[in-house]
Amino acid sequence: MRIEVDVESRLGTFTLRAAFTADGATTALFGRSGSGKSTLLNLVAGLLAPARGRIAIGDSVLFDSERGIDVPAHRRRIGYVFQEGRLLPHLSVQQNLVYGRFFTPRSERYADFGKVVTLLDLGALLARRPASLSGGEKQRVAIGRALLSSPRVLLMDEPLASLDAGRRGEILYYIERLRDEVRIPIVYVSHSIEEVVRLADTLVLVSDGAVAAAGPLREIMGRIELRRMIGRYEGGAVIEATVLSHDLGSGLARLGFSGGELLAPDVDALAGEAVRIRIRARDVSIALEKPAGISILNCLKGRIVEIGSESGASVDVRMDVAGTVLIARITRHSAGLLSLVPGQEAWALVKAISLDRHSVGFA
Amino acid sequence: MWTALTPAEMDALWLSLKVASVSVLASLPIGFALAWLFARKRFPGRALLDAIVHLPLVLPPVVIGYALLLGFGRRGPVGQWLEETFGLVLAFRWTGAALACAIMGLPLMVRAIRQSLEAIDPRLDAAASTLGANRLWVLATVTLPLSLPGVVTGALLSFARSLGEFGATITFVSNIPGQTQTLPLAIYSYTQVPGGDAQALRLCVVSVLLSLAALLVSEVLVRRANRGVAGHAD
Repeated sequence: MRIEVDVESRLGTFTLRAAFTADGATTALFGRSGSGKSTLLNLVAGLLAPARGRIAIGDSVLFDSERGIDVPAHRRRIGYVFQEGRLLPHLSVQQNLVYGRFFTPRSERYADFGKVVTLLDLGALLARRPASLSGGEKQRVAIGRALLSSPRVLLMDEPLASLDAGRRGEILYYIERLRDEVRIPIVYVSHSIEEVVRLADTLVLVSDGAVAAAGPLREIMGRIELRRMIGRYEGGAVIEATVLSHDLGSGLARLGFSGGELLAPDVDALAGEAVRIRIRARDVSIALEKPAGISILNCLKGRIVEIGSESGASVDVRMDVAGTVLIARITRHSAGLLSLVPGQEAWALVKAISLDRHSVGFA
Repeated sequence: MWTALTPAEMDALWLSLKVASVSVLASLPIGFALAWLFARKRFPGRALLDAIVHLPLVLPPVVIGYALLLGFGRRGPVGQWLEETFGLVLAFRWTGAALACAIMGLPLMVRAIRQSLEAIDPRLDAAASTLGANRLWVLATVTLPLSLPGVVTGALLSFARSLGEFGATITFVSNIPGQTQTLPLAIYSYTQVPGGDAQALRLCVVSVLLSLAALLVSEVLVRRANRGVAGHAD
């Protein structure tokens, strides 16, 4: 389902002027805190009203200032998972879960209670009260509650932000399952590129109340001029690969992609499954010849496409490895020593260790 | 002295209970609405309205009673209108006593409900609305149940206050046995006649027991309501 947003809103001194279209299954709104991404979600949900603009899901217009349309929040049929869960404290988990279903017209109810409870492993929690749940459990119930209102779109506002690192991975896994099994469009707000890369097909970069870039995840992640927004540390290319085999002896998995093969440790996916790998630019080195006698396992032959023009000690170099984009962040000094120029052939070196559990997710 | 109550004393007891119950039931929706306004809304005149609601706490009750007489008496503007439109007469009737009690109890009621409303996370409303609940459903399924401890406390405080109301009642509806003579008024009457001491004392004991019972019931109800709200596994 297509989500179209083109809005203008003013909150105190903060002005938001943003437009994007989300076609994919999972759209991530990514940006720093205070960039306006949560405000965008609230506008879509109808919890805030834009000064002007248009918001539509599929053929149903939720807001249109020109035509005077403003569907109230309770009739938008949008599932919203808040950062802090916001479960109703006086109701049991079961009552929280069915709360939204009660208000959904019978003909529009597609979510099945049993299936959602199984999907999110909520069976053991049904009789409990929200106060006795852990943060991760609360978030699972919040996701289930939103799903069971049979929404047309699921909005998630940093659902992992209030959880500790261990719980994050767990909830991320459930969201991945949801994305693949329920097939409901998700709009996911986050300031963690790791989550975005694991979940999203479409990436919308939000900065200072405006959309800086929007498009398919791999394309946006491969654009080196956007690195400032993605973050110096976390930026890098995203590639899709298939698990070819696991070597139990070394603990490494062979991942095949259009540009060749990669070895990575601790991959959860089974052989044959599709995965998405984020290769951080800072973990990629460049050599002009295939190195020998080196511990780095992944040496990929490619061609230099673009060298970043930013000033400072480091530059981002975009490489094309048989159709797949890789980005390497090297010092300006090294780029000078190797006299790198676009069009040149080179080897991209990626330490297998840098492809850790956080960088590899189910596609 | 410790024999059963006389019919006149029973009258006073029942009248007190009737007046207190009706005053609480009738003022509860208004008290809740005021508490909700104070807890959730910013509007011009908020501070003034707040002060007016609190006036009965600080004014001599006789002033409230006299103001009611001027406004709601048969010649008062509101009293005349009520009589012509609904045939409702408040002055010198038990219904008038209920009105006086309701006004005297309102600040206590509003304070208690307001506190519990302020303790509710207003963002829960937004969560419920994204799940399909309109404002009325949010009120019925989120706001009301979560503020229940405050509503119970407020209602019982106002009830207890009504049982003890004296000044505003005697000024507005006088002291008519069987009609407007509630317990405190009956006690007062007995203390004014020679040899009435014993009867006055008996009614005092009844009064103490009644108020104690009201406070104990309130304690139990609030504890039960709190358990429902706090949501610890029960």
